[in-house]
Amino acid sequence: MRCDLASNAAFALSRNRVHEAEGQGRRSFALLQAALHADALIWIIPGHAPHQPMLRGLPEGVGERLHLIRPANETDLLWATEEALRSKGVGLVIAEPERPLSLIAGRRLQLAAEAGRTTGLMLIREGQGSNAAETRWHCAPIASERRDSTLHHWKLIKNKKGTLTTWTVHWNGKTTAVHPVSAAGERHQPAETSR
Amino acid sequence: MHCLNLVAETRGLHPGMAAADARAICPELITRPADLAQGAAALAGLRRWMVRYSPMVARDGSDGLIADISGVPHLFGGEAEMRADIHARLERVGLTLSSAIAETRGAAQALARHGGGILPESAVKEGIAGLPVSALRIGSDVAQGLAWVGLNRIGDLADLPRAPLARRFGPGLVLRLDQALGLQSEPVAPEADAPYFGVRMTMPDPIGLEADVMSGLSRLLARLCGTLGQHHRGARRLRLELHRVDRETVQVEIGLARPMRDPERIAALFKKGVSEVEAGFGIEAMRLVAHVTEDLQPEQIGGPRTITREDALADLFSRLGNRLGFDRVLRLLPATSKIPERSFLVAPAAYSAAEQQPPYRGPDRPIILFPPEPVTTKGMSQPGHPPARFAWRRMSFTTLRADGPERIAPEWWFDDPAWRSGLRDYWRVETREGARLWLFHTPQSPAWPAQSWFAQGEFA
Repeated sequence: MRCDLASNAAFALSRNRVHEAEGQGRRSFALLQAALHADALIWIIPGHAPHQPMLRGLPEGVGERLHLIRPANETDLLWATEEALRSKGVGLVIAEPERPLSLIAGRRLQLAAEAGRTTGLMLIREGQGSNAAETRWHCAPIASERRDSTLHHWKLIKNKKGTLTTWTVHWNGKTTAVHPVSAAGERHQPAETSR
Repeated sequence: MHCLNLVAETRGLHPGMAAADARAICPELITRPADLAQGAAALAGLRRWMVRYSPMVARDGSDGLIADISGVPHLFGGEAEMRADIHARLERVGLTLSSAIAETRGAAQALARHGGGILPESAVKEGIAGLPVSALRIGSDVAQGLAWVGLNRIGDLADLPRAPLARRFGPGLVLRLDQALGLQSEPVAPEADAPYFGVRMTMPDPIGLEADVMSGLSRLLARLCGTLGQHHRGARRLRLELHRVDRETVQVEIGLARPMRDPERIAALFKKGVSEVEAGFGIEAMRLVAHVTEDLQPEQIGGPRTITREDALADLFSRLGNRLGFDRVLRLLPATSKIPERSFLVAPAAYSAAEQQPPYRGPDRPIILFPPEPVTTKGMSQPGHPPARFAWRRMSFTTLRADGPERIAPEWWFDDPAWRSGLRDYWRVETREGARLWLFHTPQSPAWPAQSWFAQGEFA
């Protein structure tokens, strides 16, 4: 498959804004965004959360730029997010708040991102976003018929400056190349022969 | 025996004696193990204190100090008063000392170790004539040789011709003798003080406003950073002590994500701590100490975009670390283990540098790793193969396809409680519901077979 640069532009988050992603595939989506950004990456995970990114599974070039922050409580998490967004040295800030984001918190994060010229991505639980978000994505991995294909269903469910769209893409989690799957694509696949 | 007090010396004990012999002579002897490092540190502290008498103070052996007091004694009212002052001050803190003032370094040193006293000017030769030759800083074999030929006192040596002495006992003896008599010069070389990174400020009137404290702090920081710059050091931790009028001391301590000596950036980190200080009736003195410093060579500041970005990132880590704790600002570093949990290290970002990840060849790894979570299996499957249907985190899944197994054996040289169940067979399981999970199965575990499946990660 060819690398389609135009298709990456569709998923690139607009700079200097804070975005939200929900759904089971939100962390894959965040890692794609991390691979698309050039500067230092900050991932803020609550201190008591059991999960953490696994270095060997991350996309190329992300591991050495990634910094983990493990704040002890929700207030510290929001404070750390705002500080990181306000810093000039950071490219992308990924945060996983546990409670619903209030409008005030969302707006403060937007102002911080504008001041620091950084991009923010909040990984929220479903329905816990704030209205101040620039875009909100619903991300889910989907099963594919073929063995070498890792399909993702990325749905733009809120967009302040554009239309809502749905993509089904193939992204293998290693590079920045994303290949959209056309809706009719499945029909053109050769049928699996019986063995 | 390393060191004795006066009472023990009068009972006939001497340094260098075996402890058993000393106990035989003096059964009520109280002994403590000698701490040479602490003794040297105490002597260094005493040397710093002695600078109040003369700027030229040096350590002399492991148990003495030598000071060049040329032109100094009249400030203290004369030599006798000066010596009495030193004795009074040191005896008040419980030290036993013996001191001497003489025209030459050798004479003062010899006299101080054999009674002490003050030698008047141009009376060196007579003054030390009665001391034993071993007082001359010569080896014990030379002193022994001199004793054999009947030369026991320095006075016996002083008038002898130098050439035969040097031929028989070596030039060292003649040198020491001439130095003691003032025929050879011997300067006191004061050691350079280890740089001390602390500054203080006393206020004429107590202050209480946060802005006043911050402006005082910025003056202190300017001085401190100047000192740090002279010694090519950068502060890593700083402590601000605020002395209040009611004799309470409040401390504000900050850490830095990397060595730094930029006053403005450091002052910004103190802002939060200073705002929480209770000023009470006012603060009358401030002291700022950089108690942890590291080498920091002069470097280009500003300039290219990467440098400003790195500075901004270091500032961010300092700010985050001071509020959350530096152990909560982390970075992933590669490690060599095959065990998933130990295949990378999570290290504090302030105390580590980013490392390029070595190329990895092998089965895919998940993007997210979590501690093993039990998976409830439903339905039948081939033994050793992933279950056809299972439930994880209260969601049910149907296996679409599974890649594996990848067998990982525990590292026997670590006793990891999580790996006591033995071998693990890892499978990458794609489900019809979409989730791509990293499941493993413990074939060696004696547990109920239904509970031998666990989920440990999620793939992209």
